[in-house]
Order: sequence, then structure tokens, then C-alpha cells
Amino acid sequence: MKTINEMKLSFPSKSRNEAFARAAVAAFIAALDPTVSELSDLKTAVSEAVTNCIVHGYRRTSGTVYLTGKITEDNRVIIKIRDKGVGIADVKQAMEPLFTTAPEEERAGLGFAVMQSFCDRVRVSSKPERGTTVTLEKQIGHE
Amino acid sequence: MIGMGHFYISMKVIHMKTEFQNGVLTAYLDGEIDHDSAAKIRAHVDASVQSLKPKLLCLDFSRVGFMDSSGVGLVMGRYRTMKLLGGMLRVINIPDSVYRVFAMSGLEGLGVLR
Repeated sequence: MKTINEMKLSFPSKSRNEAFARAAVAAFIAALDPTVSELSDLKTAVSEAVTNCIVHGYRRTSGTVYLTGKITEDNRVIIKIRDKGVGIADVKQAMEPLFTTAPEEERAGLGFAVMQSFCDRVRVSSKPERGTTVTLEKQIGHE
Repeated sequence: MIGMGHFYISMKVIHMKTEFQNGVLTAYLDGEIDHDSAAKIRAHVDASVQSLKPKLLCLDFSRVGFMDSSGVGLVMGRYRTMKLLGGMLRVINIPDSVYRVFAMSGLEGLGVLR
């Protein structure tokens, strides 16, 4: 499907940028006239993915979070969120609800479950010591 | 104890006002709850709980416009803290959009969501 708009962002892995990232995505898709719940769903999923980069990918270090957005002709939004952090050895395990490697920070282990529930499609690719890419896809309105 | 007054902390993403009356500590949250603001809320609420020793901690969510799963961790953590102190936790006035995130957690079974 033809891409009708795209954007690229990169920002340091500071937790204050979680709010920036979801606000930027909300502004990017505003032209599609999303419903309140579509907007809230995508913002929540983006917030989860960016938080993962900061809390897990760059745990105890800092780095850059890369976010790209695409809108296709049929109103499909594709958001990619990437870090060059520690990566995930077992993606399947990481995506299980309640699995967390950061319980001391009160992480509920629901990040991927929320992304999956609030988006149409979630893909995760990761390599230990190389980083993680999460791709979120969501259809806005009807074609 | 009545009339401890209230005080404010202001942060860009979240604003919080707390009130303490008759052993009930109520925190009115106004803004967005994410990993960043949850850490600030947690520090502030825990400091108030330690000094005031409320029998009930009420988190009022009526003005929470956004929450990701960090809010679930925040509520679970406060539930444990209050339980250790022999008190209770209640989360009140939860907007529908926020409730959808809570519905994915096991929190509904704890009876703290109102």
C-alpha cells in the first residue's frame, strides 16, 4: 500500500521523552481524524514501547531512541520504535503478560500485552547486545 | 486528625494535590501517568504515607487523561505498601479510557478499583 506521509524522530532515552513521543505520534496522525479511543490506544502503545527502550533497552545506560511513522493510503498507521540497547534473548518470554525483568521499579510486565491489545499488529525483532525494534500497526477509521 | 491542609506538587505531565482528613489520605491526580510521572507520584505519595500513616489511601483518578501500564505498577506498589502498614487502598473515579488498562491487569480482583 502506498505511503502518503512519513516522519522520523530520534531523542535521548530520558523518561521525560515518553510524553514527547506519544504527543508527537498523536500530532502525526491528527490529519486522519482518529476517534478519541483510537488516539488513546496508539498513544498508550507508543508510550509502552518507548518506556521499554528506556527501562530495558538502555537500562543503567543512556542511548538514542529512534521512532519512525508512516501513514498509508488506506489509513493504516505504522510506527517503528527502535533502540540500540541490550536486546532481548527470548522475545516470546518477554511478551508473556506479567513477565518483567524490572520488578523493583514496579514494572507490571504488561507492556507488550497492552501494545497487542491496543494495536492491530505488533512485531518485535531483537538481537542481544544489538537492540530491539517494535513495529506497531493500527488502522484508523474505515478505508 | 483533621485539617492537615493540602499541598501541591507541580510537574509538567502530572499535577497532584493531597488532603489528609480523619485518617484518610486522598491524592488527586491531574494529568498523565507514565513511567516518568509514576516515579514522581510514587515518591511523593510514599513520603506522605510514611509520615501521616493513613488507614486509607485514596487515589482520585478523575482528572487522569492518560495512563499506560506504569499506572498498574503504581497502584500495585501502593496496595502492597498500605497492606504492610495495615491500611487499605482505593482508586476512585477512574475514567473509561484509563480503566481499559486496569482491566488487563489482575487488579480488579483486589477490590481496590471503584
